[in-house]
Amino acid sequence: MNQRRRVTLNVAGVLVLLVALWEGYRAAALALGNTWPGTGVSLPIVVRGSGNAAQFPHTWEIVAAFWRPYRGGGELLGTFLLGELAYTMREVAVGFVLGVLLGFLLGVLFRHSPLAERGLMPYVIASQTVPFIAFAPILVVSVNQVDFLPVWMGVAVLSMYLVFFPMTINTLRGLRAAPATAEELMRSLAVSWWTRLWKLRVPAAVPFLFVGMKIGATAAVVGAIVGEISAPSSAGIGGAIFAFGRVSNNSLQLFATTLVAGALGIVTYLIVVLAERRVMRVYEGTGS
Amino acid sequence: MTTSEDQRAPLADGGPSSPSAEPADGRPLVSVRGVTKRFGADTDAVTALSDVSLDVPDGAFWSLIGPSGCGKSTLLRVMGDLIAPTEGSVTVGGRSAAEARKARDYGMVFQKPTLFNWRTVRRNVELPLEVLGMPKEQRRERAMAMLELVELGEFGNKRPAQLSGGMQQRVAIARALSFEPSLLLMDEPFGALDEITRERMNDELLRIWQRLKTTVVFVTHSIPEAVFLSSHIVVMSPRPGRVLREIDVDLPHPRDESTRESARYFELVTEVRETLREAQQL
Ligand SMILES: Nc1ncnc2c1ncn2[C@@H]1O[C@H](COP(=O)(O)OP(=O)(O)OP(=O)(O)O)[C@@H](O)[C@H]1O
Ligand SMILES: [Mg+2]
Repeated sequence: MNQRRRVTLNVAGVLVLLVALWEGYRAAALALGNTWPGTGVSLPIVVRGSGNAAQFPHTWEIVAAFWRPYRGGGELLGTFLLGELAYTMREVAVGFVLGVLLGFLLGVLFRHSPLAERGLMPYVIASQTVPFIAFAPILVVSVNQVDFLPVWMGVAVLSMYLVFFPMTINTLRGLRAAPATAEELMRSLAVSWWTRLWKLRVPAAVPFLFVGMKIGATAAVVGAIVGEISAPSSAGIGGAIFAFGRVSNNSLQLFATTLVAGALGIVTYLIVVLAERRVMRVYEGTGS
Repeated sequence: MTTSEDQRAPLADGGPSSPSAEPADGRPLVSVRGVTKRFGADTDAVTALSDVSLDVPDGAFWSLIGPSGCGKSTLLRVMGDLIAPTEGSVTVGGRSAAEARKARDYGMVFQKPTLFNWRTVRRNVELPLEVLGMPKEQRRERAMAMLELVELGEFGNKRPAQLSGGMQQRVAIARALSFEPSLLLMDEPFGALDEITRERMNDELLRIWQRLKTTVVFVTHSIPEAVFLSSHIVVMSPRPGRVLREIDVDLPHPRDESTRESARYFELVTEVRETLREAQQL
């Protein structure tokens, strides 16, 4: 309980600090006329205008935008974004789960077969050195060509693509983390490869699996948003960012939507952290 | 749970290699024949063992002692088929070391307890039994009995990290003995303990050995420990690792505090010490 209260206070503190920084910068920039004092050099972010055309709106204006109709019609921006959020969350969830499974399986394969590791690892690494934004549209569009897959699958696959890599690396590291004497103990008991995997290597890898999943959680959200921005269907939070960003008089909506994207990233990460805490309590036997 | 005794085949009398009810009669259980072990490539190869031959009788307690780096661990690991010898062979109860390992003839205890902290103490002891496919109820009972044997009956539900080093090593011993292996291989199991704890562990190990009649090969640096525990001491010399001398320990059983104060004990300690000094000078 005490700890939960401390966390809440910390989160509140960070939020207050962020708002203060934002508003402080805004006020200072306006007071200075958007230039560094004594020079004519412009500040990095220019504060100008107000309302939907503002370049650096007040924080409360952004938050208030959720309760405003988002487009001539009656639907509130908040309601609209909730629908888009659900759409994106499905892509994130599917992409995350697929990426974690693929990464885990590759890690197990590489641990099992040095030949497979030597043969495939270079491709796994190469796949991540290509700037994924460059081929995100190609990937999303080609997955969407597959008839029997739902439209959101293309974006989920891009998400998976970013998740599987940290998962592979951390699974592999974890499967190698058991001390040599523990491996020897298993050898002296003449256990099968399968038994060794489930009774020693995977349990020893658990903390590493969570490292992979925590990195994967934020990567899944980045993948989904970027995928949506580059997909022609323009659905989800990324689709909304794309749509609002194209029109210049939509800055409040754009900021509000970006806020939702950021929150999605944080919440996804926190879900994995909470899962980790629960599992580690059992794992370490420190639960009540 | 309804499984009968004879289905736990590896625990039932497993043929010629199992320690039988009859007293140890000197028939060798372990036969090491001309074992040489080299590590590394031709030019900079390290000869860890050179032409080592030993015959460990069934039911005996043998210690390997010698200066650091003389190949004690290597010899133990060759005996346990954790590594293969470059030359020579090891048989256990007439089987090759590899066959013996696959028949789960070996219980191993290392210098580090090597317990799995994601398991409770009891489930650590159960590990070999799980591997052998013993039904749950039965292995639980067996594990608890083993924990009683090492006087840790109340600690079954703790995690290894909650136990002291000496207690952890006792759990490792309980685990190694839980499936009644015919041969217990121990590599400096008490090396990390303080002298008083070590003596207590020695007492306990002897008591267990007397009760279970398991054959033990025990690696140690400590002369008093080797003399107190063993029926036979193998003194090794380094570079390359060879058997320098074998010393029979004729101290009567049961051994206890008075054994440690007896004249014969001091004689033997001195004898081993002088042999070791000789080994250092080689
Ligand atoms: N895996 C290995 N690769 C290369 N050399 C090794 C290996 N294992 C042992 N050696 C070498 O073999 C020799 C014997 O090592 P070993 O560990 O058997 O000695 P030891 O008698 O157990 O020593 P200590 O008392 O310090 O444990 C040493 O010179 C060591 O460097
Ligand atoms: Mg050693």
